[in-house]
Amino acid sequence: MEAFLSSLVSVAFHGLAYGMILYAISVGLSVTMGLMGFVNLAHGVFAMAGGYLMITLMLAFGLPWLPALLASCLIVAVFSMLLEKALYSRLYAAGELEQVLFTIGLIFIAVAVARLAYGPNPLAAPLPSYLKGQLSLGGRSFPAYRVAVIATSALLIATLWIGLERTRWGAMVRAAVDNRAMAQSVGIDTARLFTLTFALGSGLAALGGALGADLMAMTPTYPFEQLVYFLIVVAIGGLGSLRGPFVGALLIGIGDTACKYWVPELGAFFVYVATIALLLWKPAGLFGRHV
Amino acid sequence: MYSAPARLRPLEALPWLLAIAVYFAAPSYLPLGAYVFIMILFTLSLDLVVGYGGIVTLGHSAYFGFGAYTAGILAVRLNGDPLLGLAAAALAAGLLGLATGAVILRTRALTLLMLTLAITSIVLEIASSATALTNGSDGLHSVPVDPVLGRFAFDLFGTTAYFYCLAVVLACWTLVRSLVNSPFGAALVGSRENDARMHAIGAPVYARRLQAYSISCALAGMAGALLTQTTQFAGLSTLGFELSGEGLVMLVLGGVGRLYGAFVGPTVYIVARDYLARQTPEYWYMGIGVLLVLIVLFARGGILGLVDVLVNRLRAKRS
Amino acid sequence: MTIALETRRLRKSFGALTVADGIDFSLEGGARHALIGPNGAGKTTLVNLLTGALAPSSGQIYLEGEDVTSLAQAKRVRRGIGRTFQINSLFRSLTVLDNVALAVAERTGAARKLFRPAFSHDEVKDEAHALLGSLGLSDDASRAVRDLAYGKQRLVEIAIALGMRPRVLLLDEPAAGVPSAESHRILEVLAALPPEIAILIIEHDMDLVFRFARRITVLAAGAILMEGSPQEVAHDARVRQVYLGERAHV
Repeated sequence: MEAFLSSLVSVAFHGLAYGMILYAISVGLSVTMGLMGFVNLAHGVFAMAGGYLMITLMLAFGLPWLPALLASCLIVAVFSMLLEKALYSRLYAAGELEQVLFTIGLIFIAVAVARLAYGPNPLAAPLPSYLKGQLSLGGRSFPAYRVAVIATSALLIATLWIGLERTRWGAMVRAAVDNRAMAQSVGIDTARLFTLTFALGSGLAALGGALGADLMAMTPTYPFEQLVYFLIVVAIGGLGSLRGPFVGALLIGIGDTACKYWVPELGAFFVYVATIALLLWKPAGLFGRHV
Repeated sequence: MYSAPARLRPLEALPWLLAIAVYFAAPSYLPLGAYVFIMILFTLSLDLVVGYGGIVTLGHSAYFGFGAYTAGILAVRLNGDPLLGLAAAALAAGLLGLATGAVILRTRALTLLMLTLAITSIVLEIASSATALTNGSDGLHSVPVDPVLGRFAFDLFGTTAYFYCLAVVLACWTLVRSLVNSPFGAALVGSRENDARMHAIGAPVYARRLQAYSISCALAGMAGALLTQTTQFAGLSTLGFELSGEGLVMLVLGGVGRLYGAFVGPTVYIVARDYLARQTPEYWYMGIGVLLVLIVLFARGGILGLVDVLVNRLRAKRS
Repeated sequence: MTIALETRRLRKSFGALTVADGIDFSLEGGARHALIGPNGAGKTTLVNLLTGALAPSSGQIYLEGEDVTSLAQAKRVRRGIGRTFQINSLFRSLTVLDNVALAVAERTGAARKLFRPAFSHDEVKDEAHALLGSLGLSDDASRAVRDLAYGKQRLVEIAIALGMRPRVLLLDEPAAGVPSAESHRILEVLAALPPEIAILIIEHDMDLVFRFARRITVLAAGAILMEGSPQEVAHDARVRQVYLGERAHV
């Protein structure tokens, strides 16, 4: 019984850390898909870029962990802004197939660049010594790094939610998700709003990728391998919502961890089946309004 | 459709004549040629769903792989007759398509895309854990294959495999061609063009899509079976999402929704990869990525679309 | 006279917003009936409810005495409810003939055929050609719909609906967006429709409404304000107030 309880706590803890990372990465995808109706399969590229950049900044430029994390997130956000202006924005009106193919193309390019720059093998992020040990909380010990992941993500989520509720930008995003034509007619510059939102989403993905580099190791095929998970989080959470993907990410994070812990041979199987069942029950996701 | 006859044009003999020419001109390329035919069949099945049905899927490899394993397991356990394996693969993949399509096609857009991915992942997960049947990640090796029709044994040079695949592609192409030219095909295009109006004229849109989807899955399953039979191997990569992605890339490269894009795309893609990817896979991936972006931005019709543009310009100049 | 289509206490609400509020409406066989009302009165909603594109919150719909409330859109269409759309809803990249033939093929069951080429289904093509002929669209049969002038696209809308051989035809603003110089063409077409079809027309062009309709129902805020002959409607004070008030006179 004690052993079971202990594994329960362990699964909940690791699942929470994983879910937080998934959320940080996927929330941008949810907002950009809900806002712009753009099927961006290449979203994982930004997460990968964040992870690799952080590793480079730490190893090649000797930056400490936290500054490297923030800098990589910022760089990716700026880069994605250029990408959105130059390429994505041309395809907002295009069909779903074009968007899918275009973003698959971007993934291919990213995979190639990552392989050229970092080689085909997985890279782990070097961690500072203060994040390597164990923290003891309530008589149990937890890996310090994951505690930091959970804490950072929680802080991030709180900032994001408050930001979207309280700021003018947040109000504009909500208005535009709700009714784009209406938002335009009341004078919201939707093109600029899209660019900024896209950059924010990509920056968050980079942050998630960098933070999670220890859980989901950086490999060149990362954007392909993790894509299903990001999409699942967004689909079951509901497009255009902030809270939806949060619930989705926690469900997937904890569910996946639990399945892999207790029934490793069937691993992800249950997660997929549960996802399909949920989408049959609620095709628009838990918090989505559009089908 | 109703306005234009679907008579066979002389130009349509070209792919088949080329296929025979390759046999004489480049006999060492027969194994690669057989692989090209297999991918043509797979791409053709995708064109029916994506190009004509307007259903964007990332999960078609599920049916390809399911067919590949069906043929492989049948040959290992019961009977190595290739035509039997082919028929079993078509049936199995078609039924899987019917069952999964019934779920997938109730949804749209992103949810649909996600479900197709999830279903492929589930099939992959099952295949990798049902080791007793599938031999897990090692795959099914040395799958026995009897001579085709009891007469034509598979040979080292790939001659039988080449013509066997060619014949199957020809048969399937005939089927798909008549499907897309039929009133059924017209109605399918109608729902792609304007779903709401199709409902408003009383069309059972969901049932039609499901029908087309299942047929397409059966074809994809046959392509998978051909791969197992010509390589005597069935592995997990036949179920991977990468294959679905590659199929879409080949389709869009050739041209979507025009039947012959499925011939041009895989041929160009596979031959180019054979040349380029051996040395540096990085540049191959990069090239494919850049190509996709360029096609989407500037040449939505793919290679055949560009040919159309050129032909029209030439005609305009003459007149 | 038989009743072609009838609603009883038909209600539809989206959350707190009620867009159809207990509508009792009937359309007689062979009717030339118009539905008018200010913007947002719920006219298109009513059409969507009648065709089954929307499900009502409560109430019933009867087609020739039979309850069709729970029938799906496709089934209602096959029982004889046809419609056109306020904003062109066509198969834009297909030819005019294909547009109409798709509807004809659905009705005759030819659309289920998997193998014989569509081109050789002469019965479908002949019927589609005949329909196009009656609407004066023969010369455009093989042109892509998107290349047609807007007014002609409106006629294709009607042609598709007729391809279904409806017994009840719901026309949602058939002249919307058509320059007034061309709207007489629409009226000609409407006037020449087979008399046995019961027609309900929604239209903002009052000139067209009063020339075409023999009976008019006025809808306001999701409910029927009044119903009567064109003269009665034109002289009704309430109608003037809610609807015609916007436009000084009829």
